[in-house]
Amino acid sequence: MSLRINIPAPLRRYTEGQGLVEVSGNSVGSALASLVELHPSLRSQLYTDEGRLRAFVNVYLNDEDVRFLEKMETTVKADDVISIVPSIAGG
Amino acid sequence: MLIIKNGDYETLRRHGEETYPFECCGALLGRFRDGNRVVDDVIRCNNTRADRPQDRYNIDLKELLAIQRQADERGLEIVGFYHSHPDHPAQWSQTDFAEAHWLSCSYVITAVEKGSAALTNSFVLAGSSEEDKRLESEAITVLSLEESESQCR
Repeated sequence: MSLRINIPAPLRRYTEGQGLVEVSGNSVGSALASLVELHPSLRSQLYTDEGRLRAFVNVYLNDEDVRFLEKMETTVKADDVISIVPSIAGG
Repeated sequence: MLIIKNGDYETLRRHGEETYPFECCGALLGRFRDGNRVVDDVIRCNNTRADRPQDRYNIDLKELLAIQRQADERGLEIVGFYHSHPDHPAQWSQTDFAEAHWLSCSYVITAVEKGSAALTNSFVLAGSSEEDKRLESEAITVLSLEESESQCR
C-alpha cells in the first residue's frame, strides 16, 4: 500500500528536496523503514545507533501523534499522510 | 544570513514585549536562498511551558504541524524560529542548544529588558547531524518596505 510522508525542511536535503515522499507499508514503522530504504542518509537523522527513533523526532499520522495511538505498530491505510515533526523548545 | 522585512522584524520583537516577563515564541516562514534564510512571514505561537514561562519555551507539536502544513500550502518552508529572553542577554543558552534540532534553520533571540525589546540576535543551526550541530552567529538584514518590494520583483 502506498502513502506519503511529509518531510520537514531540515531533512529535505536528504530526500533530494522532496517535501512529500511516497512510501509503502502497512504500519507507521514499516512506512518509515520504506522511507529510510529510499533515502538511506535519513537513517542517522531519525534513529539512534541503537535503532530507536530519536527523542526529538515526533511522528504524526494525519492529525494524531502516534505515541497516543499504537506507536510504530499503528496501522496505516492508503492516502494517509505521515508527518515528521522535530520538536522546538528552549530556554 | 537572515533576511527579514522590517514589519516582520518588528512583529517578533513586539511579541516579546507583549508576553514579558514571559518568553514568547514563533516560527519564521520563507525560503532558503543562496545559503540565506529569507523570511516571508512571522507566525506567532503560544509558549506552552506554563510551569516556567519566564525562562523556557515550547511550541505545541500540533501547532507546529499546522504551521508546517500552512508553509507547504503557501509554497514556503519553515526557515527558523524566534523566542525572547526576558531580562537576559540575546545569546543562546545551553537549553536552547540542547533543544535545537532544525538544522540549517535560524534561531532568533530578542532580549527584552524591563519590558522593552533590546538586542535581537540570530543564530543558524549549522552542521549535518545531532552529533556535530552548532549554533553560529549570523547577520540579520532588515529590509525596508521598498527593499522588500524589490526583492519580490
